This record gives sequence, C-alpha cells and structure tokens, in this order.
Amino acid sequence: MNEAKPIKAESTRSIVPRLTWLDGLFWVTAIAIFVDLYLIFLWVPKEAIQGNVQRIFYFHLPAAWIAYLAFFLVFLFGIFHLKTRNPKWDHYAYSAAELGVVFTSVTIVTGIIWAKPIFGVWWVWDARLTTTALLWLVYVGYLMVGAYAVSGDKASRLRSAVGILGFAVVPINYLSVSLWDTVHIEPIVIGGDDTFLSADMRLTLYFSLATFTALFVFLLVVRIMLRESEAAVEELDQERETALS
Amino acid sequence: MSYWRSIATIVRKDLLVELRGKEIILSVSFFVFLMVFIFNFAFKPGTIPLEVMTPGVLWFTFLFAGMLSFQRVVSTEQENGCLDGLMLCPHGRDVIFVAKTISSFLFVLVVEVISLPFFAVVFNLSFFPVELLLIIPLATFGISIIGTLLAALSMNTRLREVMLPILLIPLVVPVVIAAVESTGNALSGEGWASVQPWIWVMVIFDIVFLVIGLLTFEHVIEE
Repeated sequence: MNEAKPIKAESTRSIVPRLTWLDGLFWVTAIAIFVDLYLIFLWVPKEAIQGNVQRIFYFHLPAAWIAYLAFFLVFLFGIFHLKTRNPKWDHYAYSAAELGVVFTSVTIVTGIIWAKPIFGVWWVWDARLTTTALLWLVYVGYLMVGAYAVSGDKASRLRSAVGILGFAVVPINYLSVSLWDTVHIEPIVIGGDDTFLSADMRLTLYFSLATFTALFVFLLVVRIMLRESEAAVEELDQERETALS
Repeated sequence: MSYWRSIATIVRKDLLVELRGKEIILSVSFFVFLMVFIFNFAFKPGTIPLEVMTPGVLWFTFLFAGMLSFQRVVSTEQENGCLDGLMLCPHGRDVIFVAKTISSFLFVLVVEVISLPFFAVVFNLSFFPVELLLIIPLATFGISIIGTLLAALSMNTRLREVMLPILLIPLVVPVVIAAVESTGNALSGEGWASVQPWIWVMVIFDIVFLVIGLLTFEHVIEE
C-alpha cells in the first residue's frame, strides 16, 4: 500500500500575519481613501456658485497630477532603460505608463461629468481638453508599440523611445491654459492666488492629492511585481520552446 | 570621413535615387492635389470662410504628405539590406538619422513648393505672405525630424503602416498647431508680431525633437 506522504504543514507560520511594508501601504491607502471620501462628500462645504458638482474637482485635479507624475516616471525610466539596458527599468516604465493612461482616463471622464452641468456640454474642443486627449493617445500608442513590436527586446527599446518623446507633449498640456484662450481654469489653484480656494477646500484638495499619490504608489508597486512575474513566465516559455526544438 | 561629409553623402545618394526614379515627389504631390479635393467634400464650400479653413487644410495635407514620404525614405533602406550596410559604415548611427531627416525634409519641402501655387488658386489667395518663408521650413523640419524617427521605429513593428500615423500625429500636434495658427495669422495679414510667438514654439519643438531623436535613434534601429 502506498504510504501517503503527509503534506508538511508550514509550521513556521505564525498566527499573527507578518506585515510587509506593502501591506502597510495598502492599509494606509485604504484608510486614506475613506477619510478622503468623507472629506470630499461630507466635510468640505458646498461651493457657492457651482454647488455639489464642484466636489468632482477633488478627484479631477489629483488624477491629472498623478497622470503627469506617471508620465514623468515613464520618461525617466525610459532614459534609464536605454542607458543601462536593464529590463527592470522597462518594467517600471511600462507599469507607470499603464497607470498614467488609467489616471488620464479618470481625468477625462471626471472632466466630462463636470463639464456637462457647468459648460452645458460634455465636451468642448478646447486646448486643455484636446491636449489631454492627445496625451492619452500618445501613451496608448506607447502601450501599442510594445504589443506590436517584432521581439520582446525590441519592444522595450521602442517604447522607451516613445516614452521619452511623448513627454514633450506634457508641458504643452500643462501650459495650454495659459497659451490659448480656454474655458478651463488657469492653474492657479496651488500657490498663486489663495483667494481661489477657502482653507477647508485647500485642505481637502491636499488630502486628496496625498491619497491619490499613495494609491498610485501602491498600484505601481503591485503592477511592477506583476510585470516582473509576467516577464519571468515569458522567459520560461522561451526556454521551454528552445529546449523542445 | 567627417561627420558632415558622411551626412552629405547619404543625402546626395537619396537625392540621386529620387532624381532618377522620381518616386516620392511625383506621387506625393499628386496625393496633395487629391487631398485638397477630398477636403472640399468634407467642408461644404461656402459654409466656412476660406481664411479659417485654408491653414488647417494646408497643414494637414502637408502632414499626410510627409507621412508618406518618411515611410518611403526610411523603408527604401530596408530593401536588399541597405540599412545593415549603412549601420556597418564607420560613423555614428546619428549620422543616418540626420541624413534621413534632411532627405525627408527636402522631399516634403519640394512637394510643398510645387503645391503652394495650386493652393493659392484653389483657395483664392491673391498674395503670398513673406512669413510663410519662415513658417513652412520650420514646421516641415519639425515634422520631418519626428517623422523620420518614428518611421524607423515603426519599421520594427508588425503594423508599420498603422503605427506611424498613430504615433506621429499626436506627437507632432504642437508643431502643427503652431504652423496652423501662424499661417492663419500670416494669411490674414496680421504681421510679424502675431506670428512670432508661434515661430518660437516651432523653434523650441524642432530643437527638443532633434535632441531626443539624436539620442534615441541608435536604440531604435539597432538589431
């Protein structure tokens, strides 16, 4: 009779789960999100002219800032990748680009929802809106280049180049409000003229910015880990194929 | 061979090939004429004032014309392994980039010069603003730099004919906007003061694109 081997229990595991820094980041982000929602929907006073709709602002602006941050990281990691050819940098850049596209989408969608009651239309062919849509297209292009490249090694180099090139559009997007006549407000919210936002509104905005940043960092780390696993699987696949042939 | 001599040699070769075959300039000029008629269907004549419509039609036609040229200028090197030969030459890869950019720039410029009188007739322009002498080369150069880089880049993808426009159009928008706005101002006779800021936008983007192109091209064409 076969003696069934007892599955070894992981006796080393303690009942109290070991908290890694990633778990810590997760919990900090999760709590911050709830506090942020409380601040935005319950605590901060209703804006005098626009009413409740203005609360979109506390999602819209942080999302836009995170998109800029993500695209800056794509640019930076792209340079590192081309300089060192270490695939690690490409994983970082790719993950940041994906998140950048997601946060740009959030910016555009919240902008559209906000525009309808305030401007009366969903979309205006305005410099800020149009360049934001362009930014989205540039980084979707970045993701596409990798998908259609002839080889994995090429994919990483080609998209690094696109990521570096694409960052040239970011300042145009940021400055578009001052360069053209536009319906979008001037970027004077932070710094500049403080009368624009009351103190509690500013606090909510800063808290929302911090929350979005924490969420971004958490998602980025998780995405990078996933991307590295993907790359490891791809490598194993290739090894198996060469071994079979 | 010195840096500039190498560039001149490649450009001379491209011009010679074009002079013998007349492939790019003839076909692309014809394409430009075609585009103008197509735009005419898109905008019902008389509904939009000509001075509003002309700069946009002009520059989008030139951009599409450029796209065809860049693809061709770069992809000719793929035939018979010419690109490998060029890369084996004892000079930096940036020489290939600069030379190809100059060739593309010259081809598109020739196409533009050929088609401008045609535009003047069709859009009923009775004068030629001198500002265009600066606007056209600056904008064309910007489009050529980034077009050459992206044509080389999309050569390495499976969907090269699709990837070039997808990547090129959003990236080149700052230059095209500047070109459209300044051409519009020039055509309505507003003078240098209204054109100047856009000229600077084009100069800045030409420099930025050139620097990025010089630094990334070698990574893009490397096997």
